[in-house]
Amino acid sequence: MSSVRVAGVGLTPFGEHPNRTTRDLFAEAGVAAMADAGVDAEVIDAVYFGNFVGELADAQGHQGPIAAECLGVDAPATRFESACASSGVAVRHAVRAIESGDADVVVVGGAERMTHAGTDAATGMLATAADALYEVSAGMTFPGAYALMTDAYFDAYGGSRRDLAHVAVKNHEHALENEHAQFQFSVSVDDVLDAPTVASPLGLLDACPVTDGASALVLVSETVAREADVTAPVEVTGSGQGTDKIALQDRESLSRTPATETAATEAYEAAGITPADVDVVEVHDCFTSAEVFALEALGLFEAGEAITAARDGTTRRDGDLPVNLSGGLKAKGHPVGATGASQLVEMTRLLRGDHPNSEYVADATTGITHSAGGTVASTTVHVLEECT
Amino acid sequence: MSPDQDQRRGHDAFLDAVDADDAFYVECSNGHGSLPPRRACPHCGDQQLAERSLPGTGRVQAHTVVHVPTEEFAGRAPYVTAIADFGPVTLTGLVVDSRAEDVENGMTVAVDTDETPEGDTPALVFVPR
Ligand SMILES: [Zn+2]
Repeated sequence: MSSVRVAGVGLTPFGEHPNRTTRDLFAEAGVAAMADAGVDAEVIDAVYFGNFVGELADAQGHQGPIAAECLGVDAPATRFESACASSGVAVRHAVRAIESGDADVVVVGGAERMTHAGTDAATGMLATAADALYEVSAGMTFPGAYALMTDAYFDAYGGSRRDLAHVAVKNHEHALENEHAQFQFSVSVDDVLDAPTVASPLGLLDACPVTDGASALVLVSETVAREADVTAPVEVTGSGQGTDKIALQDRESLSRTPATETAATEAYEAAGITPADVDVVEVHDCFTSAEVFALEALGLFEAGEAITAARDGTTRRDGDLPVNLSGGLKAKGHPVGATGASQLVEMTRLLRGDHPNSEYVADATTGITHSAGGTVASTTVHVLEECT
Repeated sequence: MSPDQDQRRGHDAFLDAVDADDAFYVECSNGHGSLPPRRACPHCGDQQLAERSLPGTGRVQAHTVVHVPTEEFAGRAPYVTAIADFGPVTLTGLVVDSRAEDVENGMTVAVDTDETPEGDTPALVFVPR
C-alpha cells in the first residue's frame, strides 16, 4: 500500500465573496496548491471536489468537470456531497485512491459560496443537512439541531453557556494572525454571553459564520514524492469515515457522536497511534459545543470532560493539547464544501512550520483533523504526521 | 395501489394518521421501532415490518427555542422545537399551546399536526399533557 504525502496546499481568504463564482474560488485555491507542490496540470490523475449546496446557491449541479477545467486539468473529476463533511470525504477517497495505487497525484479540495443568498436563504440551505421529513418539517434549523444536542449534553454531564463561551474566545484568539480567517478579531466571554440567541442555549457568537471560500491540496504517492523530487514533509498516515442515522431522533444518545468515534478508531488504527499520541487537533466546531462533542468522541477527553477544556486552558494554543489553531470554523469561517479539506491545509502548515501559529506546536509531529456533516451523521478523521 | 404498497405506508400517511389521532410506527420482528417509509429496519436490517399504534404520549428529551428560523417558519419565531421519546420511537416536533419558558425536559406531550404558516406541509407538533 502506497503512503500518501501532502505535496502542496492552497486556500482562498475565507469570508464574503458575493461577486466571485464558486469555480473562481476553487481555481484560486487549486492553482495555489499546485504551485506550492511544484506540479503541473498534466501530471494530475484525478480531481476530487467537495461542495454542499451548489444547486441551491448557484443553480449549479454537476461540478466535477468544472473543478477540473478551472485548474486546466484533463483528468477524471468527481464531486462529493456529504454536507459539512463534503471535502473531508473527498480527501478520504483521494487518500484511498493513492493508497490503492489507482492514482499518484490527486488534487482534492472544495468550495462553497453562500453569503450572496442572505441569512434567511442560507439558514434554509444549511437546514437541508438535517432530515427533511422528520426534522426540518418541525422547525428544526441547523443551529437548532446543535442546540438540542447541547441541551441534552448539559442535562447529561452539566456545563454552562459560560464554558462554551471560552471555546469561542479561544478560537477567535487563534485566528488573529491567520491571514485566511474570516474573523481576525478577539471576543470576550461577555461578548459571547450577551450576543443574540440563535437557538437556545446557543447564541450568535457560539456559531460559525456563513462563509465563501475554497481549499485544495495536492496529494502524491511516496513514489512520486521520491522520484519527482517533490518536497512533501507531511504524510497522511490514517483515514477513517463514519456514518450515523441522519435524524437526531433516531440516535442512541443525543449527547454523544458515535460516527466520530467510528472514524477516529479507523484512522488511529491505520496510523498505528492512540489518542495519547496526538499533539495538535483541528475539529469541526460549527458551534462551540460541537468542539466539545468532537474532542470527547475522538477519545482525547472522557465523556463530560471536554466542556471545561477551553476554560481551563488545556486546548488553548499555549495549552497541553492545542485545538483549532486555525481559528476553527468558528473564527476562520465555514465555507461548507471547503471546510474538511481546509483543516488538512491548516494542519499541514502547522506541522511543516509555515503557519502563523506553528511556533505553538514546534515539537508536534502528529496532528488529526475531524470533519462532521449534518449533526455528525457523516464524519471523517485524518491523521497527519511529519515525515522524519 | 397494490396490497404490498398498501402495507408500506409513507410519510404522508403517517401525518394523516397523526392528524386522525391514529398515529403509528413501524416495528421489525426484533422489536425495533422506526418511522415510515421503511422497507428495512434501520437498526438491524430486518425486512419483516408491521405497523403498530404509537403510544399516546411521550416525554421531552431535549428542547430549544429557535429565534432564527427557516423561511417556512418565519411567522412563528421564536418557537420551541423538541425531541420527545414515545417509547418505541422518538419524534421531533414543534411545541404548541405553551409559553416557550414553560417547556422543560421531562414534560409529557401528545403528538398532533398543524399547518405551517406557509400552509403547504403540515408540521408535527407536540401538545403538553
Ligand atoms: Zn430491527
